[in-house]
Amino acid sequence: MNRTEPNRIDRRFATLKAQGRTALIPYITAGDPAPAHTVEFMHACVEAGADVIELGVPFSDPMADGPVIQKACERALKHGTRLQHVLEMVAEFRQRDSETPVVLMGYLNPIERMGYDVFAEQAQTCGVDGVLVVDMPPEEAGDNAALFAAHGLQSIFLLAPTTSDARARAICEHGEGYLYYVSLKGVTGAATLDADAVGEQLSKLRQVTELPLCVGFGIRDGATAAAIGRVADGVIVGSALVGRIAERADDPASIPAALKSILGEMREALDRDAVS
Amino acid sequence: MSRFHDLTQLPDARGHFGPYGGRFVSETLSFALEELENIYASLKNDPEFQAEFDRDLKHYVGRPSPLYHAERWSREIGGAQIWLKREDLNHTGAHKVNNTIGQALLAKKSGKPRVIAETGAGQHGVATATVAARLGLKCEIYMGAEDVQRQKLNVYRMHLLGAKVVPVESGSRTLKDAMNEALRDWVTNVDDTFYIIGTVAGPHPYPMLVRDFSAVVGREARRQSLEQIGRLPDALVACVGGGSNAMGLFYPFVEDDDVAMYGVEAGGEGVATGRHAAPLTANAPRGVLHGNRTYLMSDEGGQVADTQSISAGLDYPGVGPEHALWKDVGRVRYVAADDNEVLAAFRELTLVEGIMPALESAHALAHAKKLAGEMSPDQHIVVNLSGRGDKDIHTVAELDGIEF
Repeated sequence: MNRTEPNRIDRRFATLKAQGRTALIPYITAGDPAPAHTVEFMHACVEAGADVIELGVPFSDPMADGPVIQKACERALKHGTRLQHVLEMVAEFRQRDSETPVVLMGYLNPIERMGYDVFAEQAQTCGVDGVLVVDMPPEEAGDNAALFAAHGLQSIFLLAPTTSDARARAICEHGEGYLYYVSLKGVTGAATLDADAVGEQLSKLRQVTELPLCVGFGIRDGATAAAIGRVADGVIVGSALVGRIAERADDPASIPAALKSILGEMREALDRDAVS
Repeated sequence: MSRFHDLTQLPDARGHFGPYGGRFVSETLSFALEELENIYASLKNDPEFQAEFDRDLKHYVGRPSPLYHAERWSREIGGAQIWLKREDLNHTGAHKVNNTIGQALLAKKSGKPRVIAETGAGQHGVATATVAARLGLKCEIYMGAEDVQRQKLNVYRMHLLGAKVVPVESGSRTLKDAMNEALRDWVTNVDDTFYIIGTVAGPHPYPMLVRDFSAVVGREARRQSLEQIGRLPDALVACVGGGSNAMGLFYPFVEDDDVAMYGVEAGGEGVATGRHAAPLTANAPRGVLHGNRTYLMSDEGGQVADTQSISAGLDYPGVGPEHALWKDVGRVRYVAADDNEVLAAFRELTLVEGIMPALESAHALAHAKKLAGEMSPDQHIVVNLSGRGDKDIHTVAELDGIEF
């Protein structure tokens, strides 16, 4: 069942590297504010310059998320959005976009309940490229990472400022696609970000891995994106987008333009840096 | 040798109890858990640390707690003799303090100036606030907003003890949501904060160390049984939410194959109605929440289910991973008592023995009554009377239509 062609994620990062550009990776919670809008939002992200999409699988107990994404989960769950539906959304997205990598991000229990085999098979069929399970560190991934790999799904792992050097080496060894560096202690949507400190951490990590290093937590606008873009291979923006979706939850038709506006600003800031 | 000897060798090095347990946490917490694991490993067999723990239990908590023969109640039931392990007589009124004393010593050794905890009924919150006051640690307690309403007395107690109680408005506004919020706090303040988890759940090493600190209950009960009954009891009964008081009583008896064990979950409106908090009894599917794999009540999409129980302290959709394994291997039988049975037991023990149990503990009493009725007067049951019922007077009065 091994694919001969490289995964979409690897292809995308190879292209970006050749162009000297930084990946822009938006996160949105599937089903927020209602399931009917998610695929349209994904396309809007791509039109605004997204290189990879992280699609959040809503969960009742998002322990690593701040209030913004907690509420997004609640809105999505109120409409009955389940993992099964999220997979169907990816399949629908693929009808118009066969190139943009999609990473499912969420918590383990929905996958555990669906069954790992069933999930891996369906995710592959629907066109998912990577899986980031917040509460499944490599040592608990066990056979699942191999199972996912057999279905062309890359396992994306997190690294944190508190991760020891020994752990970082082990995580880099298991990681595929890219590494998600959590720039802050805290939950998603937390406050300030120190780009210099992040840069220092990333240069240490570059000694032990060739995987692209993408940074999330604390990126809210063009300026923070550019600052992190100078030291990272990709910037991940979640709460800033989800916050805008929340503000317009009663007027979903206005959301794609709002997403394009903030992502466009980030894209421009990142690319300005790339050419200068 | 006991056919359950292997159970005493767990968890394995990575915190697994067979297929359960583990450390399913976001990366930011891995460091803190490794640090805690190392601190505990260095102190676990340190005689000085153990002596300090024992000293605190004796002089501050008031241990050993008595093993009391409920003669009148036993006679009325007309079956086995019921003995109550009186954890309700501990300082702060419940078994929870055994564990918080232990973890507070670990917090002290780790040099962290701030402790946090989640609480359901408020007993663990009170026990944490108590040890924090004694050690001069800053203390914040997360409590579901619904439980803050149900347990006003304990909320005010914590306030008097100098702790800040944070009502949690997210999700179902009960214990599981309080634990989510405590984990979020910890992930943010991991440098200066020690998380005192109140039950045998959570990520490794918590289920192990909470068990070890709680096991003083069973060690005493075992010794007292030999002294007062002249032999080991025939059965042990304890309530199970996360499962710390049951674990504390059961663990030292694990290799006593002839001692039957019953863990009593919260049957709520009845297990058949689906409105309960009894994942083991209801054979809930395997799931992952709060850092460990266990039996977990969730819907078909893996969303954690809302639970229902008259007692805030048992209102939890999961259960400690070691209990999950003990169910699978048949060491313990897990059953449920519903809200009505629990209230009846609460009233009965109060009237017949003059002991007002916590509604949590009344679950164990309700099942012990059934069990005793099927046994003979020369048999003996030890029940963990895990806490006193003062905190529940408000709940019971409300059901009686009485307003203060």
